[in-house]
Amino acid sequence: MSDIGAAKERKRELNLGGQTIRILPEELKAGGIIPQRQKGMVTVRFAAPGGRVEAKHMAKIAELADKYGRGYLHFTFRQSPEIPFVRLEDVEALVAEAGEVGASIAGCGKRVRVPTACAGCEYNPNGLVNTQDMARESYERYFGMDHSHKFKLSFSGCPVDCARARENDLGFQGQVEPYLNPDNCTGCSLCVQACQDDALYMDPSIEGPRTKRGMPVRIEEQCISCGDCIKACAFDAMLPQRTGNAVYSGGKHGKHPHVAYPIAEFVPEEKVYDVIEAVMAWYRENGKKGERIGVTIDRIGINSLRRALKDVIGEYLLQQEDIEKPRWRKVFFHGVADALPEYEQV
Amino acid sequence: MSEAGEGLKPAKSLDLRGTPCPINFVKTKLALDGLAEGELLEIIIDEGEPCKNVPRSVKDEGHKILEAEDIGGAFRLLIVKVA
Ligand code: SF4
Ligand code: SF4
Ligand code: SF4
Repeated sequence: MSDIGAAKERKRELNLGGQTIRILPEELKAGGIIPQRQKGMVTVRFAAPGGRVEAKHMAKIAELADKYGRGYLHFTFRQSPEIPFVRLEDVEALVAEAGEVGASIAGCGKRVRVPTACAGCEYNPNGLVNTQDMARESYERYFGMDHSHKFKLSFSGCPVDCARARENDLGFQGQVEPYLNPDNCTGCSLCVQACQDDALYMDPSIEGPRTKRGMPVRIEEQCISCGDCIKACAFDAMLPQRTGNAVYSGGKHGKHPHVAYPIAEFVPEEKVYDVIEAVMAWYRENGKKGERIGVTIDRIGINSLRRALKDVIGEYLLQQEDIEKPRWRKVFFHGVADALPEYEQV
Repeated sequence: MSEAGEGLKPAKSLDLRGTPCPINFVKTKLALDGLAEGELLEIIIDEGEPCKNVPRSVKDEGHKILEAEDIGGAFRLLIVKVA
């Protein structure tokens, strides 16, 4: 994709930051330097993909906050540390000093922002997928690319969705599908207790080598793929069948919030970047200037985006019969699922 | 019952009914810390939320649950300490 290459060039320019600072607000914001209400003062925002900052970068950023700011940092709602109250004339020196240890500044404006993510499966007990790797990798690949409007990516490790996949332009959320190995099940019913979605019940009539109390049965259309039953089972009887990512697009918050459309499920990590590129290509082709992708989808239709994704993740795309199931209806605010348009078979 | 832990005698028993998450697990962990490898701990936890949290935390700590049983409104777990 040639425009991705071009955007990467621009991105490198942006990362150099301090070289040719101009006072145009949009230019400043492109490099994560945000004009303040106080004349001649800016806030300098650093990139922390997935909310992760190397300790040595953080130590340097803290030192710079003492030297050029007012001795404190602020964390943005998208996990980036920023130094308020930097004098414009100090920006170049600050960015250069940060660059010496490898800390780079974040971007604002109408482009791909620094991706956000929760801890994910690396160390969060609920995590099902490696959100941190995906946030880092998508930052390296896409950060700073120009679009019709801002483009926010986020990665949540499980359906708890701490990283708000449904409130981002393109959001991913870990999921797991459980299956039962009847040879190991003791019929203890811990899994039924663990399930908060009424997706499991005990059938006392099912027999097996280790149980006299029956076995659990999963109601697929109620299951939200959280994996709590797998984690509760102490006997290796409830196990992961497949793990992947739910995909949402078109979400945003702000003055005019927009809930994302559910797009796909169980998309494997290696296909995530294909999805990001295909969605961005569709947005480039269809998005009007100043229009977030959610509004583009409203205007052109979700089925256009779904068709564009068919070659990329056809087998994982959600169809009308899927979004009518409780498992998809109940993961949105009450009433939102009623407003979803008809998903054509693609 | 056909569980592996049937008839085994626990070195310690904790009734954690009415003890909320995560205190129930903290007490479980402290009790396990006090046991020798291979010794058994019996705990009773409330149904619902504790059943979602305590067994997984016990597993994450590397211990093994030998038996889990619904005793009506609560669950009895038999845990073997793994060092
Ligand atoms: S989304 Fe899931 S994995 Fe990520 S922090 Fe929240 S609970 Fe943990
Ligand atoms: S994955 Fe979650 S929702 Fe599905 S059966 Fe297990 S606990 Fe219930
Ligand atoms: S699947 Fe596991 S937790 Fe559920 S009843 Fe069987 S042994 Fe117990």
